[in-house]
Amino acid sequence: MEQGRATMLAPACSRLLAKFRLKPARNLECRSWASAAQAGLAHSKTWPRYKDVYKGRIMLQRLTRRVSGTTVSMWLIGLVILAVVAYGTYKTLALGKYSLANWTDLIIYGVAQGSVYALIALGYTLVYGILRMINFAHSEVFMSGPFIGYFVATSLDQAGFLDRQPVIGLAIVLLVAMLTSLTIAVLLERIAYRPLRRAPRLVPLITAIGASFFLQYTFRGLFGSGIKGYPEIEQLKGTWPLAGGVNILKTQVVVIVAAVIMLAGLYYFVQRTKTGKAMQAVSEDKDIAALMGIDVDHIIVVTFAVGGALAGAAGVLYVLLFRQVHFFMGFIPGIKAFTAAVLGGIGNVVGAMLGGLVLGIAESLFPNLVLDGLGIPAPYQLKDALAFILLVLILIFRPTGILGERLAAKKA
Amino acid sequence: MALLEVKDIHTYYGAIHALKGISIHVDEGEIVTLIGANGAGKSTTLNTICGILHPGEGTITLDGQPIHELPAHEIVMRGVSQAPEGRRVFGRLTVIENLEMGAYARSDKAGIARDMERVFALFPRLKERAKQVAGTLSGGEQQMLSIGRALMANPRLLLLDEPSMGLSPILVEAIFDTIRQINSQGTTVLLVEQNALMALSIASRGYVLQTGEIVLHDTAAALQENEMVRKAYLGIE
Ligand SMILES: Nc1ncnc2c1ncn2[C@@H]1O[C@H](COP(=O)(O)OP(=O)(O)OP(=O)(O)O)[C@@H](O)[C@H]1O
Ligand SMILES: [Mg+2]
Repeated sequence: MEQGRATMLAPACSRLLAKFRLKPARNLECRSWASAAQAGLAHSKTWPRYKDVYKGRIMLQRLTRRVSGTTVSMWLIGLVILAVVAYGTYKTLALGKYSLANWTDLIIYGVAQGSVYALIALGYTLVYGILRMINFAHSEVFMSGPFIGYFVATSLDQAGFLDRQPVIGLAIVLLVAMLTSLTIAVLLERIAYRPLRRAPRLVPLITAIGASFFLQYTFRGLFGSGIKGYPEIEQLKGTWPLAGGVNILKTQVVVIVAAVIMLAGLYYFVQRTKTGKAMQAVSEDKDIAALMGIDVDHIIVVTFAVGGALAGAAGVLYVLLFRQVHFFMGFIPGIKAFTAAVLGGIGNVVGAMLGGLVLGIAESLFPNLVLDGLGIPAPYQLKDALAFILLVLILIFRPTGILGERLAAKKA
Repeated sequence: MALLEVKDIHTYYGAIHALKGISIHVDEGEIVTLIGANGAGKSTTLNTICGILHPGEGTITLDGQPIHELPAHEIVMRGVSQAPEGRRVFGRLTVIENLEMGAYARSDKAGIARDMERVFALFPRLKERAKQVAGTLSGGEQQMLSIGRALMANPRLLLLDEPSMGLSPILVEAIFDTIRQINSQGTTVLLVEQNALMALSIASRGYVLQTGEIVLHDTAAALQENEMVRKAYLGIE
């Protein structure tokens, strides 16, 4: 008798439960949290029958589970930031203070700067892809190349070679810088990181920060703390005219062209060559890569070498834009490139390139486009803050970065 | 001389003593199977043979040459490859690229092309999917790719870890047919299986593994008749 009733009730109960579970949940997903909460409360008040109170409570429970207080405030902050950006942009454009040529200038500058970030960001992303570790000493790998390159450049300059053969001269400086950074990166891996390959993840991270300081102060100790001005190449002074009355700095052209060539080369290397594919395989599954006959340690060295060489090249391009070296010069570009890598989706090669460009352009446009409209004095002072604001925002709203899904999807 | 001779190996995961003195041998041309319950140490045995793990004690020889101290990537070059448990194909690489990775240690272009054709002949489905990213293949297709990838090393000894796991009965039949075919083409096979019935039906000999030790070793036919095996692994009373 008892049992009979229970079995009779069971399907009805489960149907009811199914209804509760599905319907409110679906509705909630497409409604905003506020209106859904109202609906839930109103519902339970106006229909105080047990079933509906229960229903309301379930709805509230699901609601609080899905949208916690922090999430709500995060979205509010995000909304406010978006609104401020939109308002500033609108004001600036309405004021019409800048011409199209001004904007083009800023964008070109942003692309030049961004392609340097992209080259550095690749070093972070390649190493992360393979070792799941952030090589915080990468900014010093970047610094070391143009720093040593400086001595070559000045002696070439004093011999008059840089002016007679600017292309060959620049190529020599580039080569020296790339080799220097490559060597430093490979030594870092060999001395500082490889012994810690099986240590908990925090350990190599702390080591990386230590290595970063070590390199900075070694360079300071060896070469002094002063700013060293790079010699200027006569043929790269001035501008070239572009269509529409815009003039483009010759150095910017060289930077962009060189960066594009290297980015394309890197992409080809990773996607098409045997070693590049082995890098992808190692980044997915080290044990299985070894089963294929891939020497994992060798691939890790190659990864550091490639990332290092790109950072050294980025350093020379950076110096073409800013014409000076300093033992601390790696810090800001390094952390911005790291932001770019996170922005693009760390571990993703195309993401790092994209992230670098987006950050470079955003950084270049942001002071004039947004801050100016808001009436903020000296907007350029805030330029560097943008990268860090952006970094925090990505980490909050889209930790996977622009192209991050691919990394997450591979786990499935 | 046996092709593969595993002598009294002990393998540890930190403090865990996973293999407690395993000895097996595989002769040229054979299919030998290793059966046992979950956690018995079957995968550990295969991973120790191919160098992902290293034995704390004991020796492993291939053609009389010790290999147990070599790193995994050098053991492949000696002619041992594995299709690991759970497929573990490179999800972001295409089918073709996965197969190319299988041949990473080789440089004979003609031989690689020939083996690629051989794999496509064994698994026509893979040819249809050649340009597809492996992560989007079905479970069965990934299993085919995993076996195909291991074959691309042109191994003398192929280690298969639960190739039937998670496949439909029809596909299981097909995979076992293919294993037999691979063997008849001259590749020696060491097969780890949960599906003891199927494994014993294609193997010549079998080992039964229990908590890190070999408890039985006999011809496949004898094992199929064995009381304990029937009860524990074949589900036959
Ligand atoms: N990475 C590891 N760390 C610690 N212990 C492990 C590890 N891998 C396996 N073991 C342990 O070693 C023993 C043997 O595991 P193994 O994977 O070889 O079993 P198996 O026979 O392949 O089982 P299954 O049929 O479930 O695949 C188990 O007790 C397992 O818990
Ligand atoms: Mg196993």
